[in-house]
Amino acid sequence: MSAAGQPRQEREVVIKVRQLVNAFGSQVLHDHLDLDVYRGEVLGVVGGSGTGKSVLLRSIIGLNEITSGTIEVFGRNTAHLNEAQWRELEQRWGVLFQEGALFSSQTVAENIQVPMREYLNMPQELMNEIASMKISMVGLPELAASKQPSELSGGMKKRAGLARALALDPEIVFLDEPTAGLDPISANMFDTLVKDLQKSLNLTVFMVTHDLDTLRATTDRIAVLVDHKIVVGTMDELRKNPHPWIQEYFSGPRGRAAA
Amino acid sequence: MSTAHDATAPDARARFRMERKPRTLRLVAEGEWTTKDAAKLSAALRSIDLGDAANAEIDGTHLDRIDSAGAWLLVRTKREWEGKGKRVAPIALAPIYDALLHTVEHEHTAPPVTIHNRHTIAAFVERVGRATIHGLQQGLGIMNYVGRVTVEWTEAIYHPRGHLRVAALIHQVEETGINALPIVGLLSFLIGIVLAYQGADQLKRFGAEIFTINLLGVGLLREIAGLITAIIIAGRSGSAFTAQIGTMRVNEEIDAMQTIGINIVDALVLPRVIGLAIALPFLTFYADIMGLIGGAVMCYFDLAITPEVFLRQLQEAISLNTFLVGMIKAPVFAMIIGMVGCYEGLQVERNAASVGRLTTRSVVESVFLVIVLDAAFSIIFSIVGI
Repeated sequence: MSAAGQPRQEREVVIKVRQLVNAFGSQVLHDHLDLDVYRGEVLGVVGGSGTGKSVLLRSIIGLNEITSGTIEVFGRNTAHLNEAQWRELEQRWGVLFQEGALFSSQTVAENIQVPMREYLNMPQELMNEIASMKISMVGLPELAASKQPSELSGGMKKRAGLARALALDPEIVFLDEPTAGLDPISANMFDTLVKDLQKSLNLTVFMVTHDLDTLRATTDRIAVLVDHKIVVGTMDELRKNPHPWIQEYFSGPRGRAAA
Repeated sequence: MSTAHDATAPDARARFRMERKPRTLRLVAEGEWTTKDAAKLSAALRSIDLGDAANAEIDGTHLDRIDSAGAWLLVRTKREWEGKGKRVAPIALAPIYDALLHTVEHEHTAPPVTIHNRHTIAAFVERVGRATIHGLQQGLGIMNYVGRVTVEWTEAIYHPRGHLRVAALIHQVEETGINALPIVGLLSFLIGIVLAYQGADQLKRFGAEIFTINLLGVGLLREIAGLITAIIIAGRSGSAFTAQIGTMRVNEEIDAMQTIGINIVDALVLPRVIGLAIALPFLTFYADIMGLIGGAVMCYFDLAITPEVFLRQLQEAISLNTFLVGMIKAPVFAMIIGMVGCYEGLQVERNAASVGRLTTRSVVESVFLVIVLDAAFSIIFSIVGI
């Protein structure tokens, strides 16, 4: 299925999805779907409402029990991992949920320190320094550190959520609609931020999004969920794809505006 | 003449060594400097003896891997050395880490975050102050709310059409009254049994078993049945009112109603309060009967008092007043439960956590108020002499 360019063939595959089937009752979401995500790339995942973008993300990170198929992350089949191996794996990725999913009883700085406290035996002083660094890395003002999540705007919540996802310097970051609900300026800033962080930390980014500008600005490849399968390619490659939904998506008025 | 010492064991993932030349101190980082080993590295870096060298260099070109925590440690060490008067050359790192180093070094100049200590005296004083202000605001809010409901209430009495939503009212009577019959009935029945058993046990000693029936009649009808019913309903319907209205608040349904011009009190509060005020007296009456039946069953098996004797004794023990004293409290309890439930529901902020918090508060407050009012009624009745 992969329509990706040839030069990428030799790159390391960090996420490998094979023959994935997800069905809820009689409704089939994913029908023998294949997907490769390469190290260091930004992959955008798009698709109409209800095509199972978030379910795909949740399947990879183990929040959704898959019907059949295999998912390999860093070359290991996630179905065969025991509890300890899962925890090890979970330290190597970070997840930004749609609304940030910050722990509401803790300040932003404490939120960022949660993964460190959970996995590493770090002195409080060093955790404070690192939290402060992550806060400036995601472009939050210094003052935000001591704020409660309820005192933050939507965009700030997402940045704080991203800082928490980056707390352990993961290799993969999963972003679920990172720019949804942000104003265009904040969304642009978020795009730049993701791209910068990806460059400086050599992150692999798996991003579910609907935002064509974000796709254009940040992604190396785009995976489109159509007909319960996935079509992967760069934006230019996908524009040439004859599938009616893909045509409508990339060549409709919004798609043209983002070009 | 260069001395070298390893910060950690030679096979460790993260390590560094120091090279000392006459005027220059050189830190050579090796291995993988990642978040995992940051704590160890941090302590080792702080314990470096700087000596009297005027210049310092930080060499990261031999690193296999470095992440942002590792980069932060290099940057921090550089800044600390500079603070001690050393001249530190720019950190040397492989070109692929240029972007990382730039991000950490130039975009981050803020001091470490401070985690607020919540256990100091100042924090305690602050909490007391906040709680006081909150309490006062709460009091003002309640007065505002009671006033508003009273106004709407009188309007609903004078102009029922347009103010009283009959369909919603009937729905509430069904929901809070009819659907509560099983639980109220079962619990009253059980309380009747318990009361009869304990009463009989004590009164037997005086040979006054027959007065168990007096105890049952007066106890249940005057106090217990009404109180138990009100407490069950506070837990069952009061909490539901808060949760329903609170969820509507979170979903912005209440804002939507307001923009359409629907009166919130008319639409949400009055049907619930009036519905409960209709349902609770009936439930109390039902609880009276079920409690007496439970007591009669116990009397039959424990004391061999037949139902005929039970009824005759009951007729002598209680008057109409006993029954009415219990019943008159029911609508008052209902108003309190309904008002508190709806008020707390309207207090919900636009986050899911506050729904849970206020639902708990609503139940605690309404149970508290019901018992306080019950005590107040007892005092009033004893003064009036009923």
